[in-house]
Amino acid sequence: MANLAIETNKLRKEYGAKVAVADLTLAVPRGEIFGFLGPNGAGKSTCVKMLLGLVHPTAGSALVLGHPPGHIPTLAHIGFLPEHFRFHEWLTASEFLSLHGRLARMDTASCRTHIPEVLEMVGLTEHANRQLSGFSKGMLQRIGIAQALLHTPDLVFFDEPTSALDPFGRRLVRTILQQVKAQGATVFLNSHLLSEVEVTCDRVAFIKDGTVLHTLGLHELSQTQLHLVVRVDQVTPILLERLATLSSEWRFLENREDGTSMTETDGSHDEVGWPTRIELVTSEAQLPDIAHEIVAVGARLYEFTPQRPSLEQLFLDIVGREDSGQ
Amino acid sequence: MNAVWILAWLTFQEARRRSMVLVALALGLLFLLIFGVGLTLITQSRATQNASPANILAGYNLLTLAGLYVVHFLAIMLAIVATVDAVSGEIGSHTVQTLVTRPVARWRIIVGKWIGYAAMLALYTSLLSVGILLESRLIVGYSPPNALMGVALIVLQVLVLVSLSLFCGVYFSTLTNGVILFMLYGLAFIGSWVEQIGTLLDSPAAAQVGIVSSLVLPVEALWRLAAYLMQPPLLNTINISPFSLGAVPSGAMVVYSGFFVITFLGLAVWAFAGRDL
Repeated sequence: MANLAIETNKLRKEYGAKVAVADLTLAVPRGEIFGFLGPNGAGKSTCVKMLLGLVHPTAGSALVLGHPPGHIPTLAHIGFLPEHFRFHEWLTASEFLSLHGRLARMDTASCRTHIPEVLEMVGLTEHANRQLSGFSKGMLQRIGIAQALLHTPDLVFFDEPTSALDPFGRRLVRTILQQVKAQGATVFLNSHLLSEVEVTCDRVAFIKDGTVLHTLGLHELSQTQLHLVVRVDQVTPILLERLATLSSEWRFLENREDGTSMTETDGSHDEVGWPTRIELVTSEAQLPDIAHEIVAVGARLYEFTPQRPSLEQLFLDIVGREDSGQ
Repeated sequence: MNAVWILAWLTFQEARRRSMVLVALALGLLFLLIFGVGLTLITQSRATQNASPANILAGYNLLTLAGLYVVHFLAIMLAIVATVDAVSGEIGSHTVQTLVTRPVARWRIIVGKWIGYAAMLALYTSLLSVGILLESRLIVGYSPPNALMGVALIVLQVLVLVSLSLFCGVYFSTLTNGVILFMLYGLAFIGSWVEQIGTLLDSPAAAQVGIVSSLVLPVEALWRLAAYLMQPPLLNTINISPFSLGAVPSGAMVVYSGFFVITFLGLAVWAFAGRDL
């Protein structure tokens, strides 16, 4: 399909007796930031390498920008930051980018324009003429991001793009990802940092033992289900009745399985002894109605906190809580 | 610019930036200086001045060939050391991943590297060889016969090793590749002596062993042919020089060497195209 940047069907990779990727069946729409999540050793990097033509699959098929992986003219429209980013460190940052610009079939004028732009984008303008051998690991990752974006690709593979970056660098990468998306490009993001994936990705796939377990649209998730914590001065039967009509599930926080509870001295119980803090399972669309009902029944509202289920929670639920130790 | 030339340029730039070119040129000049000084001193010695013209000619030839022998040996060592990491190093460090994911056919990467190393090493070997020949010419007025052909054969040795090294580098680590190349050279070297002595002692079986070892890696056979061509016919006949030969490789060995270069370059391209990176 033309609107898919990546489409794979039962892609498989074996190394002798070891199965690195068992069954990769995936569809990545164009223009999205796609997160690829899984525990260590799940086969994420092997998948990326197969999609780039670095590794030859044992079985299955794939289309990347409408062509088989490794198709030479298509590679001109793809950018890649490897997980193990090592470059020709005897080159200066500018020379390194110039080399990759020429290999990406950019003409001299484009190189002259784009190299300063991407250097500025990754915050390395003042280091343009320094040899990469003098760069810190974080700076090398930044220059790696610059080379991946230099030729304004339609599809970018980032394999752990923030592994060597400090919080400033991570924030920068988030900004860059949004810029790339705004330009209409597709980003395939392989990352362990779930909090970053959560704020940047449109869609995520969970992979384990080389198989895609689940694909999820993060925006859809936030629209469909969330947990809401409310605290009021007094809980009445009529309030509980109204809330029950607006939520699929509710409970006093004292009754939570993890044992957290409020004490009477902190004012979280009302006069008849009911807890005043309630957790509701509801949707974003219901939030204004819930707030309205609470006020309508005469209760005073002290806390109103919507909580989306964290990606980490989802990751553990889908992939499992067992640490493979890899 | 074509990706092949970009990769060839990259290879040369790497050697230059890592000071390999500077160090090799400086030490090469020192080598030529010492050879020139030695040649001058030997020429001025009383024994040389009292020797017969035939002995002087033989002496000059011996000295020139000794210089070229060292160049041949250095060329082999440099060809191995310079290229042993060329492919395996980039695979091992993952540097190759950002190159191969550019719109560049994999064969261009190997051919570009081959051109870069071959041109650099051939130029360096030629400069040293021509330096030796020029010093002989200028200091003692002697030029060995077939000098250009001799230099060309020494350069051909370099190309043989570059092709083999790139091929082995696709499959083996840098260390293993180095062991393979040095051991194969050792095998070709000892095989050459077995062939020489076998021929002198009339042992066809021993001579065959030497020929087979030359086919495995034809560098020593090429040097023997170069030495034979650059000695006056009389010296080759009377066997008084260390470079006189019991068995002379035929022209077929040159053809075989050319075939070896192309075949292993082709195999390197084929292996690299099919390798998971």
